[in-house]
Amino acid sequence: MICSRLTSACLPSLWLDRAAIRSPWLLPRDASAHGLALDHHLLLNLWIALALLALAHLILLIGLLARRHPEPTRLWRIEYLPLAALALLFAALTLKAERLWASSRYTGASPSALQVEVTGVQFAWYFRYPGPDATFGLTHPSLVAPGEGNPLGLSPTDPHSADDLVSSQLVLPANREVDLRLRAQDVIHGFSIPEMRLKQNAVPGQTIHLHFTPTAPGTYAILCTQLCGLGHYRMNATLLILPPDQFASWLAAKQKAAP
Amino acid sequence: MTPPFNTPPAQPHSTSATRRRLCAALFTTDHRVIGIQYLVLALLSVVIGTLLSLLMRIHLVWPDWPLPLHGPILPEDYLALVTIHGTIMLFFVLTTAPQAGFGNLILPAQIGARSMAFPALNAASFWLTAAALLTLLSSTLVPGGAAISGWTAYPPLSAIPSSGPGQALGMDLWLTSIGLFAIASTASSINTLTTIVRNRCHGMTWERLPLTVWGWFTAALLSIIAFSVLLAALLLLFCDRHAGTSFFLPTGDLVNGILHQGGNGSPLLWLHLFWFFGHPEVYIAILPGMGLTSMLLANFSHRRVFAYRTMITTTLLIGLLGILLWGHHMFVAGLNPFASSAFSISTMAIALPAAAKVLSWLATIWRSRPSYKTPMLFALGFVSLFLTGGLTGPILAQPILDEYLHNTFFVVAHFHLIMAMAGIFGLYAATYYWFPLLTATSHHPGRLLSERLGHLHFWCTLLGAYAVFLPMHLTGLAGEPRHYAQLTGIPGPGGSLSPAGALLSHTLPLNRFITYTALFLATAQLIFLFNLARSLRKGKIASSNPWQATTLEWHPTMNPFPPLPASDTPDISVHRAPCQYQSNQVEISFLPQWAPIPFEQDEIEDVTDTKPE
Repeated sequence: MICSRLTSACLPSLWLDRAAIRSPWLLPRDASAHGLALDHHLLLNLWIALALLALAHLILLIGLLARRHPEPTRLWRIEYLPLAALALLFAALTLKAERLWASSRYTGASPSALQVEVTGVQFAWYFRYPGPDATFGLTHPSLVAPGEGNPLGLSPTDPHSADDLVSSQLVLPANREVDLRLRAQDVIHGFSIPEMRLKQNAVPGQTIHLHFTPTAPGTYAILCTQLCGLGHYRMNATLLILPPDQFASWLAAKQKAAP
Repeated sequence: MTPPFNTPPAQPHSTSATRRRLCAALFTTDHRVIGIQYLVLALLSVVIGTLLSLLMRIHLVWPDWPLPLHGPILPEDYLALVTIHGTIMLFFVLTTAPQAGFGNLILPAQIGARSMAFPALNAASFWLTAAALLTLLSSTLVPGGAAISGWTAYPPLSAIPSSGPGQALGMDLWLTSIGLFAIASTASSINTLTTIVRNRCHGMTWERLPLTVWGWFTAALLSIIAFSVLLAALLLLFCDRHAGTSFFLPTGDLVNGILHQGGNGSPLLWLHLFWFFGHPEVYIAILPGMGLTSMLLANFSHRRVFAYRTMITTTLLIGLLGILLWGHHMFVAGLNPFASSAFSISTMAIALPAAAKVLSWLATIWRSRPSYKTPMLFALGFVSLFLTGGLTGPILAQPILDEYLHNTFFVVAHFHLIMAMAGIFGLYAATYYWFPLLTATSHHPGRLLSERLGHLHFWCTLLGAYAVFLPMHLTGLAGEPRHYAQLTGIPGPGGSLSPAGALLSHTLPLNRFITYTALFLATAQLIFLFNLARSLRKGKIASSNPWQATTLEWHPTMNPFPPLPASDTPDISVHRAPCQYQSNQVEISFLPQWAPIPFEQDEIEDVTDTKPE
């Protein structure tokens, strides 16, 4: 809402386009547990930036329009006091941001979190669930064969891989923490779900963990946000958040269908 | 050496003599001519870069529009446009023009030197840069086209030819081009540093150096550090491509059916090396503009630069901090989260010296009733754009917010405002300000650009810059990622109504607006080109110091017109800090650095380091 006010203030012509924007608040709606605090902090930052911008331009304009006056010399009042104030302001913002960052990134997911592996491949995302044995089977790049239904190169000799489920859609239960392990098969990809306020690159040769808790059931866009080749723009997938009971039945049905 | 620029048509000579004269004119070691050659190269590059950006904008909102003589713009074409636009603008415009172009043309004169320290190296740097540009442009013509991995060229995309069209020969040429450019920039920076350290005239102490020189000095220091690391990284990448090494490639990397089985390297190493260069590069592009803005605001306000010594310190501080915060490009790249916190703090810290500069600019012009000549307008525009682009910097410096904003158009808006637009405003200010020195030859005095066209150009450009880049913040907040070749009709797992397709198509109305304004902004630059073409021949003749400037480049003997025989050249010495303006004196209201008259010494005493209250 605030952002739409901002829009109409800076760019009156956008009033025409307002109807086309799906929600008055230009950020897509938040559907994750940590997103509320992030949005709040982002909004605070945007307002502060806007206020400083307006203030500086006001000083600039008044300074240009007012009649000539002997030049200012009070170094402390003009230079160092405002700098000290800005330093305090930025320190406060940094502190708050670091606390949010620490709470989402400094520690891993809880042991009870749902485990899902995400693999980025030019130009698709694959999602792997470990199955009833709760262990991901071994994969090997030389076994990768998308045409034969093995896009991740699951090793048939590993007993853990037999019950692994591979899906092209990410389906998750609402209100349960998820521990994603991000991998990339070929080049760097960017795993991003705007509505979950999540973004993390998947890097070949690395497994990167990312955890979050989705809250609102619905379907959401998963994008690739790191330039990965000519099909970068169409490398997307869908995240489906289901109520826990529906998720359980989806998983059961998927397992039954698996060979 | 006679300045061969604008030599009058020669008498009928034998063709070999003409050829020799032409060669001498082209391969000159005269720093002024080399400066102009750099500026011509940058002008050519900026025209190409702008046209490429327009093609991108047009393709985003009218994807079916076929480019004449080419056909429809394919996704790989779009990414090649992105890559060449970024590379050309950052290297061949924003690095070349302020640092090498105006650096050569003005820097020696501003420190009272007759030439650069290493004239032959200087000429070699220019021709290497020209070769680099030609190599880059030629990469668009090879099979597969130009590279598509952006100006950051992240491996494995950039390391494995099978990863996409343009990643074979096109990528090799890109690497060669940037390698040549890095060598040229390092050499040119060594030249700049040596000139500043060794060739200052008598009396030109470090405190009396104009802030533009401090900008060039700091940028040259950064260039040497940054470009040598980049050169090393490019060589490593080249080895990964052709010598079977694995600096950036992990074992088991499988690209398009080709399995990498060599050693186990890490793509993150490239990110570290690249951004160790890439972030200082941003400051290399903007520091000369910051220095010039300080000097112009003082010049046209007839004031001293407020807190001159603080400005010198902040310039150096920005340079120092500038090499300590590359990790803020890597918050979501797989960096250790603790490292992200550390880089976040160093990034927030650089906001303070930058803010100190803005405060000094505001104080310098505060109630000064400046004269609004075009260079002053562009300097004021620089302040405004620097503020607008700079204030989103601390937002992006917070890892938790970058988690949402990274690689969205919010970032595109941020760096285009602070680096591209502010940088270009700095270049325009420099061009309008120094045009008399740019056009003066031994045969005719310098000319001024038209003020009326200049004012029109300024207002259209300022309006256009804001109209293009402010709305990008909003599409970025809405989630639009960078480097997307298409916003509509994106096939997804759910057909055209996939959530991703819906998210992107919602940004279309604003994107249309941005494309219209981008076309307006580009068209407005025709005013400048027209002004340039007309004023080169018909511009008003400038006096020897048309802006009442106090710095040495306006010293009458520094002007090539009228030419003085070497024996008559008086020794130049400097008597005071720049920007000695006096508002109370009627007859003489300013004292150039070179003027020896020590009149009313009390009043013109250097008060830049005023005691605190």
